[in-house]
Amino acid sequence: MSEIADKVKKIVVEHLGVEESKVTPEASFIDDLGADSLDTVELVMAFEEAFSVEIPEDAAEKIATVKDAIDYIEKQKAA
Amino acid sequence: MFRLDGKTALVTGASGGIGAAIARTLHAQGARVVLSGTREAVLAAVASEIAPDGERVHVCPADLSDPKAADALVAAAEVAAGAPLDILVNNAGLTRDGLAIRMKDEDWNRVMDVDLAAPFRLCRAALKGMLRRRAGRIVSIASIVGVTGNAGQANYAAAKAGMIGMSKSLAQEAGSRGVTVNVVAPGFIQTAMTDVLPEAQREKLLGGIPLGRMGKPEDIAASVAYLASDEAGWITGTTLNVNGGMAMP
Repeated sequence: MSEIADKVKKIVVEHLGVEESKVTPEASFIDDLGADSLDTVELVMAFEEAFSVEIPEDAAEKIATVKDAIDYIEKQKAA
Repeated sequence: MFRLDGKTALVTGASGGIGAAIARTLHAQGARVVLSGTREAVLAAVASEIAPDGERVHVCPADLSDPKAADALVAAAEVAAGAPLDILVNNAGLTRDGLAIRMKDEDWNRVMDVDLAAPFRLCRAALKGMLRRRAGRIVSIASIVGVTGNAGQANYAAAKAGMIGMSKSLAQEAGSRGVTVNVVAPGFIQTAMTDVLPEAQREKLLGGIPLGRMGKPEDIAASVAYLASDEAGWITGTTLNVNGGMAMP
């Protein structure tokens, strides 16, 4: 697992208070990890802070799963 | 009841009559208070009057007409207090009165900046931590004119009405995290400004107040202390009209 993926997972575990084993790439924040809309906004803000990236509103809306978040941040970091 | 021991509160506009009374009351209820305002010397005087030994009282000056200063105030207050913020009291405000047809853009803008945009900035900054900690109280001081309107105060009334709408929205956003957002709307409060009113005008004013007297800063402070307390945990998005019965919206 990449360093980014590791860090994303850690943030999700910490923020949503879920077990690490549940934070699979396919896991949906809302459907599988019990997040509400406020959680998803807070998660995006936590990602922005942790990775020093800016995630605009339209991109944030498309981040539904752990993998979505990892892919988006990896792409930003590679750019 | 209504104790605030172990809580940290930031009060803006704490150098004014109402702000100082709020700070004094929250401190008396056990809270650690951070006083903010533009006049540093007055803040220091209020602080030493509240607690001569400086216990649980801090001063954190800021000019809220500067967006950067407003954005930074919550963090600065937390550093000064050495604790995360539990209670935010948006009390700072100013007036630039005048009939609308002669009101200058700068008078409109200045009131909007200080009385509405700055409270929003403070709420935004405070909410980030409060939502994470699953606890917090925001109490904003509006005005009766935000509910009733007032000739000569289109800017001030708009800002205060805006504060009420903003607070209702924030209350809905923050409710699931146990954070409450409420407003206190004072009526006529006895201050140096109302002391100099001509007798006839004073009589007329009092005639419109069923409780027959002007308010004291302490009347407002008591409402804030209640809304800031744990006991007020099931009241959010509301506007408490503290006005002697002058308006009953």
